[in-house]
Amino acid sequence: MKIAVRAALAIAATALLADAGQAAESPKRGGTLTYMIPSDAPPSLDGHRETTYATAHTAAPFYSVLIRINPDNPASTTDFVCDLCTEMPQPTDAGKTYTFRIRDGVKFHDGTPLTAADVTKSWQEIVFPDEGLLSPRQSNFMMVDKIKAPDPTTVVFSLKYATTAFLPALADPYAWIYEKAILDKDPHWYEKNVMGSGPFKFAGYETGQSIEGVRNPDYYRQGQPYLDGFKGIYAAKQATRIDALRSDRASIEFRGLPPAARDELKAALGDQIAVQESDWNCGSVVTINEKVKPFDDVRVRRALTLAIDRWNGVPALSKIADVRTVGSIVFPGDPLAPNKDELTTIAGFGTDIEKSRAEAKRLLKEAGQENLSFEMLNRDVDQPYKYVGIWAVDQWSKIGIKVTQKMMPTGPWMETERAGNFSVDLQANCHAVVNPLIDVQPYLPSSVSAQNYGNYEDSEEMALYGKALHETDPQKQHEAMFRFAKHVMDTQAHKLMMAWWYRIVPYRAYVKGWKISPSHYINQDLATVWLDR
Amino acid sequence: MTIAAPTPTGTAVFADDRIPPRGVVASTIRFVRRQPVGSIGIVLVALFGFAGLFADFLAPYNPTANDFTAMTEAPSWAHWLGTDQLGRDILSRILFGARTAFVVGLTSALVGGFSGLVLGVGSAYFGGRIDLVLQRLLDILMSFPLIIMALAVVSIFGTGVHNVIAAITIPLIPRCARVVRSSALAIREVPYVDAARALGFSHSRIILAHMVPNVVAPFLIMLTSFVGQAILAEASLSYLGLGVQEPVAAWGLMLQGGAEEYASTAPWIAVFPGLAIMLTVFGINLFGDALRDVLDPKLRER
Repeated sequence: MKIAVRAALAIAATALLADAGQAAESPKRGGTLTYMIPSDAPPSLDGHRETTYATAHTAAPFYSVLIRINPDNPASTTDFVCDLCTEMPQPTDAGKTYTFRIRDGVKFHDGTPLTAADVTKSWQEIVFPDEGLLSPRQSNFMMVDKIKAPDPTTVVFSLKYATTAFLPALADPYAWIYEKAILDKDPHWYEKNVMGSGPFKFAGYETGQSIEGVRNPDYYRQGQPYLDGFKGIYAAKQATRIDALRSDRASIEFRGLPPAARDELKAALGDQIAVQESDWNCGSVVTINEKVKPFDDVRVRRALTLAIDRWNGVPALSKIADVRTVGSIVFPGDPLAPNKDELTTIAGFGTDIEKSRAEAKRLLKEAGQENLSFEMLNRDVDQPYKYVGIWAVDQWSKIGIKVTQKMMPTGPWMETERAGNFSVDLQANCHAVVNPLIDVQPYLPSSVSAQNYGNYEDSEEMALYGKALHETDPQKQHEAMFRFAKHVMDTQAHKLMMAWWYRIVPYRAYVKGWKISPSHYINQDLATVWLDR
Repeated sequence: MTIAAPTPTGTAVFADDRIPPRGVVASTIRFVRRQPVGSIGIVLVALFGFAGLFADFLAPYNPTANDFTAMTEAPSWAHWLGTDQLGRDILSRILFGARTAFVVGLTSALVGGFSGLVLGVGSAYFGGRIDLVLQRLLDILMSFPLIIMALAVVSIFGTGVHNVIAAITIPLIPRCARVVRSSALAIREVPYVDAARALGFSHSRIILAHMVPNVVAPFLIMLTSFVGQAILAEASLSYLGLGVQEPVAAWGLMLQGGAEEYASTAPWIAVFPGLAIMLTVFGINLFGDALRDVLDPKLRER
């Protein structure tokens, strides 16, 4: 607890100092920002379709969104500001209607004026995708009834019921506004092409190598962007990225590096390196494909989660990997998250690991799976996938389960997940603005959430989620959320929550105007970034 | 002096000048005296081979067990070669890594070598269109460097020990076949092969009994170099994340990720597996050189 308090104070102090420092400086124009993208090529360039940062860090600077979290206050969960709209609307119709006025004079990079029709079409593609289109965040908008554009400057969202979960969901950093005419011609066009209205224009893309953008002189925010351009370089290997930062071949990597990398860079470069840190709305989760035997047996799934010694493992891993916190499927520290007493009642979160493992062995024996062995799918990304994967394999070996890993590059890994060609998969459940009611949706049955690759249906789970979603009393909502989390993590053991992440971004101190948030998806359009050199 | 009849393999020997057989010890001493450097190579290879074979008994710790109380520990009495960032004992991982290296190295070299041997001798023996087509196919395969070819195979079939063996074996086949064919072409023309044909021996008998034994010398030398190449290729693929996968103990894998990250603060994580790769390949190369000297009549006379 003391450590958490100290860390929080340190983060607050860092943020304040950063604020104070940046407030005193006025942005300088010019220069090209080179940053590292800790991945190989993204599966596609379409933000509506993808959930990986590889896509966001590649293409976000080319696009605008309807609303977003305030780029000057990105850690907030409530400070939403307009991007393409003119002012944040007050809901009408008892909180069920949101009317947005769209800015005048916004143009796509090909010169086409951006209208409410483009915004509506883009959002319809996300909320009500046509057959054959993938929209992994569709279930985030289950409260949306209709989206209309009554005139060229107005967009109206009509909800089925009033909910506080709507605005945070609407501030989705992947909800890029596409050109309607292009989508009408080919709804898959944006998977391989770029045409936005954001601060930067597309300048070049070499698959798996680099992405380049140049300043959009017609950008609707006066004076922005400050940079002449940017270049993102893909490098899945962490050592490559650290070397690039050390040698100043790149200025920043926005996702996050482990503590050792921060310490190494600070030791080597001192004040030339600045660091921003934050809790991360991202957690490592083991997804079990329940269509594959013997994982259709809840005893086997419960055994898997009971074997993991989270209370000893996660603090140790935090020294070498960008994980930090033991928690449920709800963002730790959020009012909806279980406290430690509640958490320890969930299978695999008890403090007596020997007792848990004895129970795990008993369950495996009862299920006739004492000699269980399987291959775990994992993403070929160092942090923290590899470390968490190695740790999980070691933990399962303690109850006699033999596990091998299959590491795959980002694109093929996601394709394998979507095709369901795995039995057990180490994933990350990452989100933008902290919004637990929406963030837990990847745990909902596969027919509800396109992000759930567990291939299970569970009506009881949906009922529990419904209660939490519609509850308005904070205490009752907390309790409902806990019952939902316990059902997912313990009773049915659909998902194995491993560890919540911690974001550390060391970067060249001359990079200014960027603020860290609990999400590596947020604040990536680079409009406010400038170089002080 | 009487000249003996040609042996079935066609090598004429002078009956009265036969060298009396030596005992194993005497032969070994003679080899060590004549090939001291090669002997060092054999010792190195034997040491690592022994380590891999008996890793279960020799390793002081489970090579995959995380020990969070001993993360990045420097070499000590408890951990002779230190521990990695997950607290895994490096000595134990090197011993088990030897098994991975030799399993992949030997299997790839043997399968690739013998496949190349059959293709090379067969191609030379049959000649004509078969030879033409086979050689063009081998030309295509040989136009890719070993590691590029291996990368392509792994990219198509995926990672894992079996696929890595396949990935390394495939590029070795044409290399062996090409060398063996050139030796076999000369042998095809010698009278005893004609005699065998005239006597109605089957193709397989002529190839296996009369031609293959005469290309064994270059084949064996090549085989040793293939083992070294295969071990290096396996380490390279694992280093690139395309070989065997964590937490399997493999030398190339030990050099990846953490080894780079902790190179300055815990150099033992990278140094010892690097040394293991270097010493093993070095030993295999020395052994191969010695074998060449022993099997090559011209060099043997010196």
